[in-house]
Amino acid sequence: MRLVVNGTPREADVREHESLLTVLRERLGLPGSKNACEQGECGSCSVLVDGELVCSCLVLAAAADGRRVETVEALGSAERPHPVQRAFVEAGAVQCGFCTPGFVVAAAALLRENPEPTDAEIREALAGNICRCTGYGTILDAVRRAARITT
Amino acid sequence: MSLFSYTKPRALSEALRLLRGGATALAGGTDLVTLVRHGVARPERLVDLTGIEGLRGWSREKGKGIRIGALTPLADLETSAQLAKLLPIVRESLRDAATPQIRNVGTVGGNLLQRNRCWYFRDEGVPCWLKGGTRCFAVDGESRYHAVVGAHECWMVSPSDLAPALIACDAEIEVASSLGRRRMKLADLFVAPQGKRRREHALREGELVAAVRVPEGALERRGTYLKAMERKAWSFAIVSVAASARIREGRARDVRVVLGGVAPVPWRVAAAEKQLEGTALDDNACLAAADTLLDGATPLRDNGYKVTLARELVRRALRSLAG
Repeated sequence: MRLVVNGTPREADVREHESLLTVLRERLGLPGSKNACEQGECGSCSVLVDGELVCSCLVLAAAADGRRVETVEALGSAERPHPVQRAFVEAGAVQCGFCTPGFVVAAAALLRENPEPTDAEIREALAGNICRCTGYGTILDAVRRAARITT
Repeated sequence: MSLFSYTKPRALSEALRLLRGGATALAGGTDLVTLVRHGVARPERLVDLTGIEGLRGWSREKGKGIRIGALTPLADLETSAQLAKLLPIVRESLRDAATPQIRNVGTVGGNLLQRNRCWYFRDEGVPCWLKGGTRCFAVDGESRYHAVVGAHECWMVSPSDLAPALIACDAEIEVASSLGRRRMKLADLFVAPQGKRRREHALREGELVAAVRVPEGALERRGTYLKAMERKAWSFAIVSVAASARIREGRARDVRVVLGGVAPVPWRVAAAEKQLEGTALDDNACLAAADTLLDGATPLRDNGYKVTLARELVRRALRSLAG
């Protein structure tokens, strides 16, 4: 299959039954998207496909052929963090960190569409992501903070 | 996960030819992928329908109501301000369905045809009746989320949020196959598994749902969708109620009440709707109709609470139409 990942055309040998998440993590060396519930409940595998927020565990690799995929790796780096990543650090919105990439991708997708979201809009946009350390208060803080940084 | 071949045709006719040959239809995949992953579905050939452009999007023709393509992502319906004005019940039903990630990918047709959520059905290791076994394990097992009414050999419940809402709008569906097209009431798509019919829908081999139609008359009615769930995200309805009615001089006409999460099909009882005709949808009328809807309910060990919940949810939904 061929797809454009984080702006770069990539090729991968995949088996029909593999998910896009498996391709990203195990074929393309991009372990940022996490594998947890494997049923679309937890959001830790969230990526953008053709600009749309999806759970990559529910996308068949074959169905992602020819699509444009953005993962958390494209958003920023330790040296140059994305405003959402910066805000997560500043707000202390990270505990164990497993859910963080999914939240960061979902929050970045929200702010791209809606730079000044209300609290209700933030909650709705992050409803597909679960944090088991129960850090939702600080996660909401982080997204509000990121909105201030970016606007 | 079992192995399968994968094809993504551009033309509907090609997809229909492949379906006729026994292939399994794939749309958003948010349900099918998990069923295959867990060994509950074992398709040999998948036909990805998402390359077919003509089945995406919705439109309104004056006097002819609304037509929604089966491949329209749920998010497109949920976020359309224009549709929310014409048919607010659709947005209401989708807001609490699944998660934003799933609504971006999941389609209208896929939502209507999703498999049930019974944990015995979804467990590869449990040979339940619906999967060809001899009995329903919910009957004397863990039955918190199972049916309270309308069940025969299988006690699963219809999980869709969209289905009750659209049935309350008198929706019809266009069904396509390589042999042609037919129209049917959306309500008739859903069947309680029974006897030789170990399935949840009435599509014939090789058929797919091409579109949903809501007639013009339904746009004149008020509607609402209420859903009881354990939490606000990725939570299927414990009980849901879709209700619609035309209110004229304080009296209800053309009342529809459809329950989700209580029966193997979206649950509707003609007598309950009839007894609401001409009433002011006051508490007594609403509760009496709820009792008719739930008449004959036989809860299992763990789910009697659903009857209480449904009764109150029906009252609230109908009351809100009057207000």
